[in-house]
Amino acid sequence: MGSLNVLIVVCLSYVAALFAVAFAAERVALRGRAHWLHSPLVYTLSLSIYCTAWTFYGAVGNAARSGLEYLTIYIGPSLVMIGWLWGVRKVVRIGRSQRITSVADLISSRYGKSNLLAVLVTILAVVGTTPYIALQLQSVVESFASFAAADPESVPGAGRGGDSASTALWVAAGLAFFTVLFGTRNLDANERHHGVVMAIAVEAVVKLVALLAVGIFVVWGVGGGVSETLARIDASQLGHWQMASSRWSGLIFLSAAAFLCLPRMFQVLVVENDNETHLRTASWAFPAYVMLMSLFVVPIAVTGLELLPAGSNPDLFVLTVPLSQGREGLATLSFLGGFSSATSMVIVASIALSTMVSNHVVMPIWLRAHGGGATVSGDVRNVVLLARRLSIVGVLLLGYFYYRVSGGGAALASIGLISFSGVAQFLPALLGGIFWRGATRLGALSGLIVGSAIWLWSLFLPSVGTGVILPASVLEFGPFGMWWLRPHGLFGITGLDPLIHGVFWSMLCNTTAFFLVSVFTFPSPMERLQGAQFVNVFAHSTAPQGWQGGAAQSEDLMIMAQRILGAGQAQALFQDEARRQGLAGFLPEPSAGFLQRLERELSGSVGAATAHAMVGQIVGGASVSVEELMAVADETAQIMEYSSQLETKSEELARSARQLRAVNEKLTQISVQKDAFLSQISHELRTPMTSVRAFSEILRDTDGLTGAERAKYASIIHDEALRLTRLLDDLLDLSVLENGQVSLNIRSGTLAEVLDRAVSTAVQGGRLTILREPDNEMIAIETDFDRLAQVFINLIANAQKYCDAADPVLTLAVQRRDGLIIVDFIDNGSGIDADMHGLIFEKFSRVGHHKAGGAGLGLAICREVMARLGGAVAYLPGQGGAAFRVSLPEKPAIATQ
Amino acid sequence: MSKTVLVIEDEPNISEAIGFILSRDGWRVANHFNGVDAVEAVRTRNPDLVILDVMLPGRSGYDILQELRASATTADLPVLLLTARGQSKDRELAESYGASRFMTKPFSNAEVLEAVRDLARD
Amino acid sequence: MVDVPRQVFLDHRTYRRRRLADLARVLPVIGMVLLLMVPLFWVQGAGGTVTSHAILWLFGVWAGLVVLAAWLASRRLEPEVDPKSGPRPLLSDERGRG
Repeated sequence: MGSLNVLIVVCLSYVAALFAVAFAAERVALRGRAHWLHSPLVYTLSLSIYCTAWTFYGAVGNAARSGLEYLTIYIGPSLVMIGWLWGVRKVVRIGRSQRITSVADLISSRYGKSNLLAVLVTILAVVGTTPYIALQLQSVVESFASFAAADPESVPGAGRGGDSASTALWVAAGLAFFTVLFGTRNLDANERHHGVVMAIAVEAVVKLVALLAVGIFVVWGVGGGVSETLARIDASQLGHWQMASSRWSGLIFLSAAAFLCLPRMFQVLVVENDNETHLRTASWAFPAYVMLMSLFVVPIAVTGLELLPAGSNPDLFVLTVPLSQGREGLATLSFLGGFSSATSMVIVASIALSTMVSNHVVMPIWLRAHGGGATVSGDVRNVVLLARRLSIVGVLLLGYFYYRVSGGGAALASIGLISFSGVAQFLPALLGGIFWRGATRLGALSGLIVGSAIWLWSLFLPSVGTGVILPASVLEFGPFGMWWLRPHGLFGITGLDPLIHGVFWSMLCNTTAFFLVSVFTFPSPMERLQGAQFVNVFAHSTAPQGWQGGAAQSEDLMIMAQRILGAGQAQALFQDEARRQGLAGFLPEPSAGFLQRLERELSGSVGAATAHAMVGQIVGGASVSVEELMAVADETAQIMEYSSQLETKSEELARSARQLRAVNEKLTQISVQKDAFLSQISHELRTPMTSVRAFSEILRDTDGLTGAERAKYASIIHDEALRLTRLLDDLLDLSVLENGQVSLNIRSGTLAEVLDRAVSTAVQGGRLTILREPDNEMIAIETDFDRLAQVFINLIANAQKYCDAADPVLTLAVQRRDGLIIVDFIDNGSGIDADMHGLIFEKFSRVGHHKAGGAGLGLAICREVMARLGGAVAYLPGQGGAAFRVSLPEKPAIATQ
Repeated sequence: MSKTVLVIEDEPNISEAIGFILSRDGWRVANHFNGVDAVEAVRTRNPDLVILDVMLPGRSGYDILQELRASATTADLPVLLLTARGQSKDRELAESYGASRFMTKPFSNAEVLEAVRDLARD
Repeated sequence: MVDVPRQVFLDHRTYRRRRLADLARVLPVIGMVLLLMVPLFWVQGAGGTVTSHAILWLFGVWAGLVVLAAWLASRRLEPEVDPKSGPRPLLSDERGRG
């Protein structure tokens, strides 16, 4: 078997192993046993996607061409991480507290949640990253080709073009599959992609081990030791290093900037970070990692230049040196290292870009097309997920087409630094945004536009290749003969290295425009608020409020939140907030604090600008009050501190007042109900008795009744007597339950049994359709089956009686969460008014004035039964129809008394 | 020519019992089962006497009574009020709204018959 | 809480801790001078620098920085890590209780 075939087998098994790792990590995370997934080590390793195939293979090539210059792209990020207390920590803190989803989201969020900025950043990021993805595909293709060349069994040069294109296509498709599978499982970008991160961490280890192994082989296996290798280096053509000082300092600056601004780096550094203290470890471990990655680069380059025939591609020395020495195993390992570098970069970059594209381009368009924004029908969540998946596929396709169109080769190899300098255009807006309160939206916009225009003109377009877009004459003499606009000689400055020239001018003009426009424009209130929150993120974490609620309807907000976050998470959020406000149930008051929290949660899924717009549509109009503007104007931290204390106190007061009011209201209602209780009992007993008495008198006093009449009247008496018995039974049941004298008959079985029984008992005839999920119902439970069935029967019977839809449908949804078994009974009728939610579980309360047979004791009994069983039953608002949630502990913790 | 009674009562069994007793006594009996459009039913059927339950779905008997008394055509219409809550408070309330007669459930058939005959005679 | 409260009687230790935090902040500046500026002064032109010397210098400084950074990180110097636990996103295991 030829080495190429072995390589393909090894490569496929490696990919399978990565899938397994990602899958296992997802499983572990799902079970909540993922503590080791959150280790600082995994975080540090995930940062290593900074080292792409371009650096894995290209560093050696770079060293062979220009000596130690390759070190610049490692030194820059190392310094940034060592200085983490300055900038990185602040970005991470802001990212976490504002639930930032991408670098575009950060910039848009800082400048008043401006979607225009987000779109601009997104476009620039896509333009800058697409060639980079193409570069990764190219590296995989070329490394395959070099194996094929060394394989005696493969047909030399067989259909090279077609082969490489199909390899690239397969790699791109595989990566798209992996990314969609593990990158879009969760909607909330702040819920980390455990599978992806774990796979990347594994790949990080593989590429480091691969490069170290080749290096050790070269130094000790070929070179004969450290001092010998150093001597060989000095004796080689790289022996004397001619440093280009402008490139040395310029590239260190550029790589440092790119480290912060690259969408994929932002993704792993900020978005996937789930513990700020991990930065402490990463601050030294990441520099150590990249140092090790670069340690053996020069020895490998020197050895390659020595051993291989002149004219071999130095970019592939990492592969070809071991191959030339007959070390196929080592070469395979090194191939896997390069493969890892390429794939991990592409995966994370496409996740980051797809988040940006879907949140800032697709979703705003979709929302606008559907008019209502937040109130649209349908599941927004699915739309977002679909948008994200399509974006991933789109980004990868774009990369593939770029690779096909550019045809690979040298033009593509130079794209790495061009890409760096493109995303570096975010830097002024980013740093200015987090350190300078005076930065404005218009400033950021002008800086970005000016900077990216210069970048496009002087770096990106020329890089595509002379004559492809820009004709040679423009490069030499400027457009229309305007010599001062030559792409590589702007404003008459010539003689600089073209890259440094472009970076210098674009960053200078970008920063100048950003600064000057910021100074001379006035920020909107929202910008000032966000600016204060970003710049002073450490000083006062208590966020100033963006919304004045009150007009907002909690139920509308909940409906919207459920569509975006998913039902479970939204309900948990609302319930938690309600509990914080001291209220029972699922509907908190739409206080400013809650709206802010909700908006942050939503922005984790759809980005800050969209979340803001959606909440705004429900809350309506004025978003920033005078008080908040004053809070912004308050410059001193002391005043902020003091007022935040006051705020806390007044909030506490307001909360206890709210609690008191709620209790008082309930007491009043209960006393009214107690009064009504006797008269209710009287009514409920007298009504059937009236019929009994009247018809028994008729039977007694009337002569000449026909047999049919007699039978009919007797059966009326019988029915009414039964009704009386039922009522007395219910009353007795309730009083026993309330006094806690009930004895439970605990058995074990499955939830499905109880539901089966309840459904068959409750539904006899009737038009009600019941939808069930038999798979979810196979849950083992240990409880009193009769009592639980009683509750279920009651709820189903209620739906039968009160559901007013033309085709009544009752959905029974079962789920397990946090040790609870939850059964939701949701019908498609018009539901129950919000002001009745607190009352329906009280005795004799009937919704509306429907005479539907019952005495109004059913739900009161249900509530008591569930309390005895250690669970609860509650009304679940915002489901369309009437909805009741029964929750039961998985482990029986039954209240015994 | 027999007189007409309109029975406004939501419990079908009670309604049927009253209907049986009164028709035996030579009355023409019409039934109405809810409170919402009870006043309208009184206007269209134009009965000689109304038997009205207090606890009706949609609208309380007291409300209906008040509206009947407020209108000139029905201000003097004899109304027999039925209730299942036998508290004295209810009786006072019924009288203050202008009920011609007040009766607590369960009633004896003879009582109803007598009350209806009395009211018709007045 | 991670930190010893700010002004307790252990003034000496607090003082040292703060100066070490200063060192941690200056570390990238030191790195910049040694890694970025120093090579700019090396011999340029025809001869250039001997590559092995440059390698030893750059990696030596780099390793030194890593060791120093690791040591500082182990001292947990950053002052304001979660000073009064402001609003933060719910951890996943805090969600949906109740």
